[in-house]
Amino acid sequence: MKSLLNATITIIQDSSQTLIVCGGEWTIHHLAKIADTLESYSVHTPIQWDMSSVTQLDSAGVALVHLYSKQFNALGFPSKIIGRSEEHLQLYNLLYNQPLQDISAVKARGWLYSLGYETHQWFQGINAFLAFLGEVFIVLLYSLSRPWLIRYRAISSHIITAGFNALPIIAVSSFLIGIVVAFQSIVQLQKFGADILIVDMIGISLTRELAPLITAIVIAGRSASAFTAQIGAMKMTQEIDAMKTMGFHPYLFLVWPRIIALMIVLPLLIFFADIVGIFGGMVIAKTQANLSYTEFINRLQGVLPLKHYVIGISKGPFFAILIALVGTYRGFQVSMNTESIGLYTTKSVVNAIFLVIACDALFSILLTELKL
Amino acid sequence: MNPIIEAREIVTAFGENLIHDSISCTVYENEIYALLGGSGSGKSTLLREMIMLETPNSGSIHIFGDNIANLSLQEAQILRQKWGVLFQSGALYSSLTVGENIALLYQEYTNLPPKLIQELIRLKIDLVGLPAHAIHLYPNQLSGGMIKRAALARALALDPKLLFLDEPTSGLDPFSSRQFDALIQQLRDLLGLTVVMVTHDLDTIHTIVDRFLLLEDTKAIAQGTLAEVLAINHPSIDYFFQKETHGIQS
Ligand SMILES: Nc1ncnc2c1ncn2[C@@H]1O[C@H](COP(=O)(O)OP(=O)(O)O)[C@@H](O)[C@H]1O
Ligand SMILES: [Mg+2]
Repeated sequence: MKSLLNATITIIQDSSQTLIVCGGEWTIHHLAKIADTLESYSVHTPIQWDMSSVTQLDSAGVALVHLYSKQFNALGFPSKIIGRSEEHLQLYNLLYNQPLQDISAVKARGWLYSLGYETHQWFQGINAFLAFLGEVFIVLLYSLSRPWLIRYRAISSHIITAGFNALPIIAVSSFLIGIVVAFQSIVQLQKFGADILIVDMIGISLTRELAPLITAIVIAGRSASAFTAQIGAMKMTQEIDAMKTMGFHPYLFLVWPRIIALMIVLPLLIFFADIVGIFGGMVIAKTQANLSYTEFINRLQGVLPLKHYVIGISKGPFFAILIALVGTYRGFQVSMNTESIGLYTTKSVVNAIFLVIACDALFSILLTELKL
Repeated sequence: MNPIIEAREIVTAFGENLIHDSISCTVYENEIYALLGGSGSGKSTLLREMIMLETPNSGSIHIFGDNIANLSLQEAQILRQKWGVLFQSGALYSSLTVGENIALLYQEYTNLPPKLIQELIRLKIDLVGLPAHAIHLYPNQLSGGMIKRAALARALALDPKLLFLDEPTSGLDPFSSRQFDALIQQLRDLLGLTVVMVTHDLDTIHTIVDRFLLLEDTKAIAQGTLAEVLAINHPSIDYFFQKETHGIQS
């Protein structure tokens, strides 16, 4: 259904005036060339636009004539438009019934301004997070004295989605970590003929450090993002506003169930990761160092004090709190704009992983100082 | 008269839920055509089928003479540039300003110089009655009525020949609604538009709608001008137009 008639423009110049003869379909898809012609044309005399052979005109055609008349006028060459049909005139009057107001362009800011602005934003962000934290705990105190307000159903459903459904990925990750650590260390240990020490190595490093860390990182990637996206989507559809007007405190309904569920689940997942990771190490010990499973377990009982294992598991609730707080906090920051869901989901995962690692480092220092 | 849209024996069902049972309608060039009916009667669904967002279970829809079920990807793209759609909730891209929402279409589909694009954007914003500074505002900074206007400006960006409106005046105050009607009518007259709209607004139906289709309970119970339809004796028609009470008198 392409039209046969194109838009045409003929510029006839004589000493006293320029005649611009327009013809054909002056509609949006035909005007690019015309605009080029006019753009590159330099006027020296007053202009007369002859529109009498224009067969079709739309708002783009009107705007084009108007724009260039204005531009030529600014150079001191007034324009006159002749040969407009009644309809074209009406269209012109509809579109330009009042002069368009000039709007100021948005000002670009210097780098110093940006630096200051970003810094300010950063501190504001911390401020906002502390405010969030405060309110979350106030809500907790409030609900502790009214235990029937605690959302047990929501907690159990989060235990399933954030915990139980994560079992396969936790199993695979910790198994692989067990294999990697065993492989790397067995090569070194064999040089000293100390193959058997692989058991100490795997047992302690996995239960105390690696299993908790890898579990927390997987959960941070999995659940922090989910929490942010869930709450963010609710915010965009005004569900959060609806909850507030109905008196359902969103922190009570959305934040605490997630925190509590993760605090219950994460230690259990770490326990699970301990087992699978050690099993991964056992497999390698057997294949690479001919250490049988029974020998491995016998030695494990001797060399792995309970404290390492307890320390590893007790990191769980701390990691859980950090992950859930960051995930939900970022969710509430989502604004009424679809891009921000992606932005805050990314932030939430990055922040959660960082906080988990930082918290783990803190634990290491503290526990070493305490000689544990 | 030249038919622009011809829907023939449309049957639509979502699962077990039958929405349209053999509905036909014809929209002619340069007319304002309305889809009427109670909530949930399938007006929006019929509109969505016309703009290829949904496909009917059976039946055919011809637009500008082509069966939209048989279009190639490219033909469908060309067709889509010939219509503008105003969604019920506006559906502005929330991460772009009003100006950018409109500019997007020009940038994708035309080679016009930036200067002219800017002029056109400001023109469209002015045309739909938005203040000039709205060009820099984001959708979440607009009121419901302004969102409708901005969405209309976007729908009109490419000067389409065919305009689809889903409840354009719902949520607007009566004065803005009448302004909106007047604008649609002027655009129809001056740009030669054909307009298909879903509406509940009796004033709109009375003042600017030329012909309409009345849907009820999966069937089309009437099609024609207001006078033609009011002449039919049918309890639902009486009810819909509130004949006995304060509604439209024939
Ligand atoms: N995507 C969908 N899936 C299932 N049912 C739908 C879907 N879209 C619409 N419906 C149903 O179709 C019916 C008609 O909807 P709609 O066309 O939106 O009505 P309205 O006339 O109010 O615009 C409603 O009963 C709605 O529940
Ligand atoms: Mg609807």
